[in-house]
Amino acid sequence: MNQSHRIPGKGLLIDRARPVRFSFDGKGYEGFAGDTLASALLASGTRLMGRSFKYHRPRGVMTAGSEEPSALMEIHEGAQQTPNVRATVQEIYEGLDARSQNHLGPLAFDLLAVNDWMAPFLSAGFYYKTFMWPRAFWEKLYEPAIRRAAGLGSLSGRHDEAVYEKAFAHCDLLVIGAGPAGLMAALVAARAGVDVILADEDVRMGGRLLADQPEVGGQAGPDWAASVVAELASLQNVRLMTRTTVTGAYDDGTFGALERVSLHRAPGEAPRECFWRIVAKRAILAAGALERPIAHPDNDRPGVMLASGLTGQLAKWGVNPGRVVIFSNNESGLAAARSLTAQGIEIAAYVDPRPIPVTEDFPVYAGAEVVGTRGRLGLKDVAVRHKGGISMIEARTLALAGGWNPTLHLTCHLNTRPQWDENIAAFVPKAGAVPGLSVAGAARGRFSTAACLADGAAVAGEVLADLGLRAPDVPVPGAEDAPYGIAPLWAVDAGGRAWLDFANDVTTKDVKLAAQEGFRSVEHMKRYTTQGMAPDQGKSSNVAALAVLADATGQGIPETGTTTYRPPFIPVSIAAMGAGGRAEGFAPRRLLTSDARSRAMGAPMIEAGLWYRPSYFPRDGETDWRTACDREVRQVREDVGVADVSTLGKIDVQGADAARFLDFVYTNTMSTLAPGKVRYGLMLREDGFVLDDGTCARLGPEHFLVTTTTAAAGLVMRHMDFVHQAFCGSWDVRMSSVTESWAQFCIAGPKAGALLEALEVEAELPFMGCAPVTVGGVQGRLFRISFSGEQGYEIAVPTRYGAALFDRLVEAAHAQDGCAYGMEALNVLRVEKGFITHAEIHGRVTADDVGLGKMVSAKKDCIGKAASLRPGLTEAGREQLVGLMPVNQGEVLSAGAHLYNERDRATREHNQGYVTSVAPSPTLGCWLGLGFLKDGRARHGQVIRLDDGLRGRKVLVEVCDPVFFDAEGGRMRG
Amino acid sequence: MADLIATPAVTGLPLTIGRAVLAAFDPGPVTAIAPYPGRDLSAVLQFPAPGQVITDGARRLIWAGRETAFLTGGPAPDLGGLAAVTDQSDGWVWVTLEGRDATAVLARLCPLDLRASTFPVGTSAKSVLQHLSVLLVRTAEDAFQIAAFRSMAGTLVHDLSGAMKAVAARAAL
Repeated sequence: MNQSHRIPGKGLLIDRARPVRFSFDGKGYEGFAGDTLASALLASGTRLMGRSFKYHRPRGVMTAGSEEPSALMEIHEGAQQTPNVRATVQEIYEGLDARSQNHLGPLAFDLLAVNDWMAPFLSAGFYYKTFMWPRAFWEKLYEPAIRRAAGLGSLSGRHDEAVYEKAFAHCDLLVIGAGPAGLMAALVAARAGVDVILADEDVRMGGRLLADQPEVGGQAGPDWAASVVAELASLQNVRLMTRTTVTGAYDDGTFGALERVSLHRAPGEAPRECFWRIVAKRAILAAGALERPIAHPDNDRPGVMLASGLTGQLAKWGVNPGRVVIFSNNESGLAAARSLTAQGIEIAAYVDPRPIPVTEDFPVYAGAEVVGTRGRLGLKDVAVRHKGGISMIEARTLALAGGWNPTLHLTCHLNTRPQWDENIAAFVPKAGAVPGLSVAGAARGRFSTAACLADGAAVAGEVLADLGLRAPDVPVPGAEDAPYGIAPLWAVDAGGRAWLDFANDVTTKDVKLAAQEGFRSVEHMKRYTTQGMAPDQGKSSNVAALAVLADATGQGIPETGTTTYRPPFIPVSIAAMGAGGRAEGFAPRRLLTSDARSRAMGAPMIEAGLWYRPSYFPRDGETDWRTACDREVRQVREDVGVADVSTLGKIDVQGADAARFLDFVYTNTMSTLAPGKVRYGLMLREDGFVLDDGTCARLGPEHFLVTTTTAAAGLVMRHMDFVHQAFCGSWDVRMSSVTESWAQFCIAGPKAGALLEALEVEAELPFMGCAPVTVGGVQGRLFRISFSGEQGYEIAVPTRYGAALFDRLVEAAHAQDGCAYGMEALNVLRVEKGFITHAEIHGRVTADDVGLGKMVSAKKDCIGKAASLRPGLTEAGREQLVGLMPVNQGEVLSAGAHLYNERDRATREHNQGYVTSVAPSPTLGCWLGLGFLKDGRARHGQVIRLDDGLRGRKVLVEVCDPVFFDAEGGRMRG
Repeated sequence: MADLIATPAVTGLPLTIGRAVLAAFDPGPVTAIAPYPGRDLSAVLQFPAPGQVITDGARRLIWAGRETAFLTGGPAPDLGGLAAVTDQSDGWVWVTLEGRDATAVLARLCPLDLRASTFPVGTSAKSVLQHLSVLLVRTAEDAFQIAAFRSMAGTLVHDLSGAMKAVAARAAL
């Protein structure tokens, strides 16, 4: 397509030397570098760009910025597609593949446009009223059908694997918006030497100075803007951020901002977008104002634009609008008409409801209104009602200038409502709405260029004074200071459908219907009509909609109020907010020193918290986990096994009061532990429930090593730190995590001692003893403890030697007919012995519930002891830890199942308990379970029913002691 | 004589991407020193204030958290009864991030205010790097030492190199 609608010599942002080819709906187009999709299509004479949300009406471009409600498109990049991209923001690049959305069949002949004919039935609330019956049809039929017909673009359904970024920035002053007010504010602050970030959502800074091109200090607006930007860019204390939209104001001077880093290029290595969190001591909102349309019949055709959209498209990209009708109720529309005329654009009519004098170089209809338009896929005629009747005026573009709404959204993000200003018929921000955020220029209703420049400088001066600095003397350049002269006109009373919200297809009729049906509050009207709930969040429609509502209810606009402004100001992709969190970035990976060797041995790794641990070590011919697990268990019971247990938390506790402190955090007594000895310990939370269990080794008189479970390592460290700080801060005790400092391996089985001897490690250690040892020339620690019920040791070396030691242990184990064993075997071994893990101490059990009531020392106090004596935690009928064995040996048990008396139905009131752990025991030849059963310890020998509703499993089980194997413990002591 | 072979905490470094270099760093022995409540260590050593790094020849005392300092580059002094002393040589992986874009790379992952006015050369901070808890030391305007838990060395490199690639690709736009 040639660029038939491009004005020679116009277009600040395009580089005519660099043509760019792209496609829209499969058809090739050419634009220039710097074009947006909207400007390039307009320049090619294309006005039809999409279909509307509900009625599938043909739609075109209305604006020249991020507030665009209508021209939304899908961008396709290989298999990836991004829906609802605003054509006014998306810059074109070579090969860009854009497609219109929300239509069935070709864009120009959308089959779903039948909705438009049905419009009388599809008014607000239609779905609520119609699709109520039969109820079951909603989910299966109505909702999918409605979702298909109404809606926006679609996603690919694939992972978005493009690069996205998050970043942080800090500054003294954040200036939001680089129009005349923002540039002046930034300049004043920058010359004062404070760290300034100036963020602007456009490619080039200047705001309305680029679109309207007023004279500033004798220079053309764009030139003045460029000179200020050049100075700012030269300063070390200024960071200029273009293509960056500040999206939200949050607590303590934090702002969210979305930067379009490389969306203007074909996908590559660079991030597509960056989500910034900017922390600023002070901020100045200079975001300008957004123009609003006027609701009149058929005001939504392609070719109907906002006047600011038209002037922006022309000035920045040289778009020729053809014959123009301007419908304006204020001086800015008239100024646009004059400026367009001066630039050679034909103004077919200037229509203004105000009784203005007719002294222009173009036809003026004063005291007149636009009452309709014609042109199915693009504007052809505009119907103007004036004193002499109704005239049809041929035009290619109708520009609406209904006045300006200050862009005050950010000031409302901490829940302050704006104030109505009768003089400009608009809401203005309330001072102090966001702590540290000031507002300057059009964003607070100062609309002329001169007023914006002066206000930017003045507000910056106030902010500097607030920071204790003197504002430098920066002269404010002269500029136009025309009056605004608005005569509010929200909707033309001429019958027909007049659009308020173009993005969600909400007309004045819908708003009136809402009021008529009792949805008179602005929040109710919004939800009933969906006005303001589209991706544009009602930027150009909210104020007009509530004005129409105010009219319908007979209330004033200030009484009607606004809906809530919430972040983000523009749509923000989840990919940007979650940058870095996809796939491997989701969570850190903690790898054991044995990791590489375990994987080389074919071990599948499973996650335990953030750690990756080997599940089992399959040998040739072992095709499933059970075979490997059974073998590993047998080898540990008969020969020897080695396992990496480095994931257990290790806390080094030192100090003269260390023993006293441990007595306080453990239920049992640690102060009586002799150096070189290890004791099993239990900790309670303050509420009396079990926090964690583990061992405590006394390495010296004032030196202990506490171990925790893998899952609770951080929790226990935090708990101990809290206890120290909160209850005994003066005690001489310090905790230091050494989990990562030591690689620790378990050696278990009858040949454990022999294995250590083969490694020339002195293994003469009594059960529950510990000692420093030397292994392979390295100083380590040896503990004689067991989590398997076999003769067991744990040997620890500094982490750097872990990989080498594991290799050596595996070779030594193999030499003794033993093996490395994984989490599955570890679990079977401990279930056979009735040892608890966090499956059992899950946060709702007491020490007595798990059969360790005697470990709560009667001779001393400890954290949680008082609360553990509460009646509810000590009375009969509590669920107690028991063992469960199937009555028929071959039956499988499952964790999570509930327990019932044999003949009771599986209902809540019959519940007797639940199963926490199960394991297939090769040692006992059947599945074993651990669980909690009401008064369980008194019910050993009873037969009850295990009922797993999820898997449909019902198994009769015999209740028994949780220690299934070697109850006397002779094997581990031996 | 040690015949067990030590494994380095991190492999695959150094990495040079764009204007940033990520390299492994050996701080020598690392000892955590935590004075007992109210103790004055000044007779033996100067204990750093929060954020302070005290350099004494090859030895450094780096503030490393609440009432904790890491002594690096030298053996643990005898502090008998004044402070808890714990060997942390093996608990951490240390890397250096240097180059013109080092600060920009860090700003992708770390919420700290990295401006030289608030995080000057010769100071330390505890912070987060994406998901990791880290100790940061600024050694020059554009050079940082970063210590993270040793088991997460892979994630540390993954996150930092990802940010380095993104910053470099952005600069090349």
